[in-house]
Amino acid sequence: MKIAMFPPNSLILEDLIERSGHEPLSLQNQIKQKVIDPEIDSPPFNMTEEDPIKGLKYAAIEVPSGVRGRMSLFGPLIDVAEAAIIMDESPFGFGCIGCARSNELSVFYLRKKGIPTLELKYPTNQDETRDVVNKITTFLKQLGGA
Amino acid sequence: MVRIAQISCGTEYSGVQKEIVKAASTFGAEIIIPVTDIDHIEDAYKKFGFNCASSGIKLMIARAISIVEGKTDCDAVFIATCFRCAEGALVRNEIRRFIQQNTNLPVVTYSFTERTKADELFIRMEALSTVVARKNILAREKQEGLTLGVDSGSTTTKVVLMENNKVIGTGWLPTTDVLESATNGINEAMRGTGYTMDDIDGMGVTGYGRLTIGHKMNAELIQEELSVNSKGAVYLADSQKGEATVLDIGGMDNKVITVNNGIPDNFTMGGICAGASGRFLELTSRRLGVDITELGPLAVKGDYRCATLNSYCIVFGMQDLVTSLAAGSSKQDVAAASCRSVAEQVYEQQLQEIDVREPLIQVGGTSLIEGLVEAVSDVLGGINVIVPEYSQYIGAVGSALLVSGMGKRNEE
Repeated sequence: MKIAMFPPNSLILEDLIERSGHEPLSLQNQIKQKVIDPEIDSPPFNMTEEDPIKGLKYAAIEVPSGVRGRMSLFGPLIDVAEAAIIMDESPFGFGCIGCARSNELSVFYLRKKGIPTLELKYPTNQDETRDVVNKITTFLKQLGGA
Repeated sequence: MVRIAQISCGTEYSGVQKEIVKAASTFGAEIIIPVTDIDHIEDAYKKFGFNCASSGIKLMIARAISIVEGKTDCDAVFIATCFRCAEGALVRNEIRRFIQQNTNLPVVTYSFTERTKADELFIRMEALSTVVARKNILAREKQEGLTLGVDSGSTTTKVVLMENNKVIGTGWLPTTDVLESATNGINEAMRGTGYTMDDIDGMGVTGYGRLTIGHKMNAELIQEELSVNSKGAVYLADSQKGEATVLDIGGMDNKVITVNNGIPDNFTMGGICAGASGRFLELTSRRLGVDITELGPLAVKGDYRCATLNSYCIVFGMQDLVTSLAAGSSKQDVAAASCRSVAEQVYEQQLQEIDVREPLIQVGGTSLIEGLVEAVSDVLGGINVIVPEYSQYIGAVGSALLVSGMGKRNEE
C-alpha cells in the first residue's frame, strides 16, 4: 500500500515502511524528480514560480508562497495515500519541512482523507521508542496488502 | 567580492532562490548561508526569546545568532520571508533589529512571493553592495566644495548646486528628453550663482535616467535612489543618527525607505493605482480650480469627514469628488478628503508592509502639500512627520552630498 508519512521526509519512517513491504510516499522522491529534471535550472530544489501556483490546489492565493510551494510537493503524495503515519512533536533531525502552517495543513488533509492513520507522539526514552516502533510495525502489518 | 549572508524561510520552496542569487551576482556580490549546527537551533531560539512554531523561522534565528557571534564571515545581510506570513514578518523585523544592534553590518529585508524576480531585488542588492563597497561615501554627513546633484525622475528632473554645505541653486522641470531636461535643469540651478560646469568639483546623478546622464556628462557618482534619497532625507532633516522612515509620495509611484544611521535597510515601492499618488492630487486641484500649491492650505481648513473620497482608482476617485461637490461639500472639505484618501491608500498599500520608525521624513513634491502631510501623520496615529527644507530636491541633494566625498574633479 502507499503510505504517507509525517514529517514527509523522515528517513526513519521511510525505512520502517519499506521494511514492511509497503511503499513510502516520501518527499525525497518528489524532490529527486525535480532535481534530476534537465529542463529546469533553479537550485536547490529546482522549484520555480509554477510550483506555488500548483499548490493553489491545496491552499488559497492569500496563503504565503512558501506554504503553497511545499504543498505542491506534499499535496500529490496525500492525494494518492492509502494509509498514513503521523509523528507529532518530532525534532528537526527526524524530518522537517520548516513551516508550521504547512505542517498543520498537511496533517489536516491526511486526517480529512479518512484513510487508516496512525498518530504517534515522538518518543523521548528507550521504552517509548520500543513502543512506537511496535505500534508502527503492527499498524503496517494490519494494513496487509504489502 | 561582497559576501551577503542570506537569512530566510521559504525561498527555495517558493522558487525564488535563483532570483536572489542572480540579483546579488549582478552587483558583484555573493550569497552565502550562515553556518549553524542542528543541535544549536533549539538553544539559539530559546536564547533569542521568540517562541515561534516554524522550524524554518527557528533556523533563521540560529543563523542570525551565528552572524552576531562572528561565526559567519559576511559583509552584509539579506533577510527574507514569505509575503503574508505573520510569524515570518515578526521574526524578520526582530532579527533585523538584533543584527543592527549587535553588529555594524548593513541589513536589507524583503517579503517575497513566487512572482519575485531578480530585477525587483536589484535595487536592494545594489544598495547593500554600495553600503559595503562605498561605506566611506555613505558615511559623509557634510557637503564640501562645489557639487552638482541631478535627480532624473520619471515625471520631473531636479537639480541642486551645493557649496560648503548649503544649497545655492535649484532647477526643477518636467522630464521630457532625459539629457535635455538635465541640461536645462543644470542651467537653471547655475543661474545667478556665477558658476559654470567648469567650476564644479563633482557631479552625482540618481533617478531613472541616471545611467544615460551620468555616462554622457562624466558624473563621478551614478547611484540608485535608495541610498541617495535616504541619505539626502536624513541630511536635510538633521536625523543622520538613529532610525527614521523616508516617505516619498511621487507623481507616479511611491517609495517608503526605512533607515538606520543614514543607511537604508528596507524599502517598498509601488502602489496599486494612481488613486494613491500625487497625480490624483494634481487632478483634484485642477477640478477644484486651484493651483496645486494652494491645495495643501485649502485642505488644512477642511474636514475630510464631510466628503466621501476613498476610491482606489483615480477615475472613480474623480467621480467621488464630483459627486461630493454636487452634494454641496465645500472645496476645503473635498481637498481635505483627497489628501486623506491618498494618505489612507499609501498606508494600506505600503506603510503596513514596513516597520515604520519615527521620525517619518516626508519628501518629494507632494511633501509641500501640507494637507497631505497632516493626513499622513493622522493616519499613522499622530506620528512625528518632518518635512525638511528642499524636500522636493531630496535625490539631487543626496547626490550632491555624496559626490562631495569623492575628490575634486579639477584636481585630478
